[in-house]
Amino acid sequence: MPDKLPIAVAMSGGVDSSVVAGLLQRQGHTVVGLTMQLWNQRRLPDLVPEGGATGRCCSLDDVYDARFVASILNIPYYVVNFEDRFEKQVVRPFVDDYLAGRTPIPCTLCNNFIKFDQFFEMADSVGAEKIATGHYARLSFDEATERYQMRTSVDTGKDQTYFLFGLTQPQLARTLFPLGGMIKPEVRVLAKDLGLPVAEKNDSQEICFVPNGDYAAFIDAYFQEQGIDASVTHGEIVDTSGKVLGQHAGTHHFTVGQRRGLGVAAAEPLYVIATEPETQRVRVGRGADLMKASLMARDVNWLSIAAPSEPRQAQVKIRNKHAAAQATLIPTQDPTRIEVRFDDPQRAITPGQAAVFYDGDLVLGGGWIE
Amino acid sequence: MAAVFSTALLDVYGNPSSTHRAGQLARQRLEEARRTLAETLRVSPAEMVITSGGTESNNLAILGLLRNGSGKPLHAVTLAIEHPAVLEPFRQLEHEGVAVSYVKSVAAVAAALRDDTALVSIMHANNETGEIQPLAEVATLVAERRANGQNIYFHSDGVQAFGKIPVDLASLGVDLYSLSAHKIFGPKGIGALFVRKNTLLQRIQFGGRHERERRPGTENVPAAMAFAKAAELAVGSQRDTVAALRDQFEAQLLNCLPDIQVNAGWAARLPNTSNILFRGVSAEALVIALDMRQMAVSTGAACSSGSLEPSHVLLAMGLTREEARSSIRFSFGRYNTPTEMAELVDAVVDSVNKLRQRASKEARLAG
Repeated sequence: MPDKLPIAVAMSGGVDSSVVAGLLQRQGHTVVGLTMQLWNQRRLPDLVPEGGATGRCCSLDDVYDARFVASILNIPYYVVNFEDRFEKQVVRPFVDDYLAGRTPIPCTLCNNFIKFDQFFEMADSVGAEKIATGHYARLSFDEATERYQMRTSVDTGKDQTYFLFGLTQPQLARTLFPLGGMIKPEVRVLAKDLGLPVAEKNDSQEICFVPNGDYAAFIDAYFQEQGIDASVTHGEIVDTSGKVLGQHAGTHHFTVGQRRGLGVAAAEPLYVIATEPETQRVRVGRGADLMKASLMARDVNWLSIAAPSEPRQAQVKIRNKHAAAQATLIPTQDPTRIEVRFDDPQRAITPGQAAVFYDGDLVLGGGWIE
Repeated sequence: MAAVFSTALLDVYGNPSSTHRAGQLARQRLEEARRTLAETLRVSPAEMVITSGGTESNNLAILGLLRNGSGKPLHAVTLAIEHPAVLEPFRQLEHEGVAVSYVKSVAAVAAALRDDTALVSIMHANNETGEIQPLAEVATLVAERRANGQNIYFHSDGVQAFGKIPVDLASLGVDLYSLSAHKIFGPKGIGALFVRKNTLLQRIQFGGRHERERRPGTENVPAAMAFAKAAELAVGSQRDTVAALRDQFEAQLLNCLPDIQVNAGWAARLPNTSNILFRGVSAEALVIALDMRQMAVSTGAACSSGSLEPSHVLLAMGLTREEARSSIRFSFGRYNTPTEMAELVDAVVDSVNKLRQRASKEARLAG
């Protein structure tokens, strides 16, 4: 039964969120389209190569597409400016994380603080109780535990639950993910069927505000804009014994597990095994040095279950493209921290990335790798 | 106005530069429109250049005066709260070697003037707050310098003021004055620039000898006719009623809502403009909430994507970013009724209360 109140759809101009708007309208809902302006593409202009960049959010073309889709559907449509908040809660922490030797995931921060937070205020303004997005994830309400539960999407290749582990029960109660039960080819067919001009549009890639996925170049340009001296990030490349192998131009150029771009000659392949912000050192080692059997996760959020008091089995993903590995979750005295012990050692466990816990397709929760 | 416009589209199809009868008719209508505009402003028709609107008029005035090819470095003075159609041409000229002083108020103009100042551009009334600038003070300063032999001109962006307050260019003391039709219920895409006789204005676009070689391009005759009609109607209309409506609106809001303030409320303002700061409320959210109730209001400035940015005008007036992000502009017209105004007050009060309730709930949850 359609809601009487309108549903606010977060429209990016891409095929997924466009289909969400069209689908909900077809189901009889009143729909209002909102596009979040998060980043001014005219900042850091040197980053954009000739011929344009890929994977950029908030470009005028995307807003144009979203507006065009809204006009085809004949729904009210607004662009809302969250640039100040995006910079404060996503871009700055992203840069700070790199400087602290971590490899951050801005998308999760954006979901937690912008898309499923600030966006609700705009939904209130249009009189909407519920919001809908084009994320690939499934939501349901479990009567027994009285909790909203999240499951991985039917299209496993598109699943975005890794980025959604930070959502809270009140947020889930107001959220719809209409695409969670569909596979991408179905979404494209539906886009055509709904007469939406974005059916053939490419999927967005990488971190939206970083052109071509070159986050190190982004950070360098951001330093320059903010008048920060980039040389503070320069330092030495050392091996596991502490021997200096070379120099580097900023810890943010390195992430754990990285092999290329070290500029150091060695008999066997060398990998980054840690970046150490206190000394600005980048530590490198052999492939075997990358393997670890456990991690600590902080700021843990429990999604589909209440916080467990006993150790329990789970499959744990340590980055988005990681195949979830069998592990034991061991609660600590601090309920926001949990130890993850893998059955088999995992390669390149990276501080700043998320550890997300699954039980089959059920998303239990997740936290940030320390 | 609409009748004049639509009839003209059918009847006045000739090119006013053409020799044939249809062209002659178009020329006649265009010159009538020019005469009407000139009369409402008390200037000579030869001093009126028809343009595509306020933005072009401002560009023509500023670029046309300062890009004079003399090779001498020049200086200009303008207000920080000017419309982007004034600020942006000045920024462009800065790249071309012109020095520009952006002053906070008219009181600071005298100190900013230099011996090489070639242009002072001060808006007649601000588009966001309605604040009216004391142009006569500036005119006196410019006149003094000119009497001493300085080659200096005075331009004013009159887009917001014209039609809402009396504008008498014969006595105002400006050399150039920008106008736009759509601010006075005329069509979009038509405007004018008053250029006082003997003002050395260079063309900024090229391609024909129209408008006394000051603005090439085939004239938009039906729109010019509609502009003239709109100007006649605006100048002859009752302004007191709009001011009364606006004052009543502000009084009722101040009565019903705590923590609000009328921006530039202390100043001499246009009768139709009201800029209000609602503390703790996102202006963007309020604009959307009101639009969903069929009430069209706006904040200061829209960026290229259509989303809203904190107003440079309010920031220049000393408001914080947060305050600027909580401020909304209401514009009233002579066709608004007291009933509509009462509905607007209800909608604003209700929306602001709801948004504030949510904000305080969030603060409690966060705390």
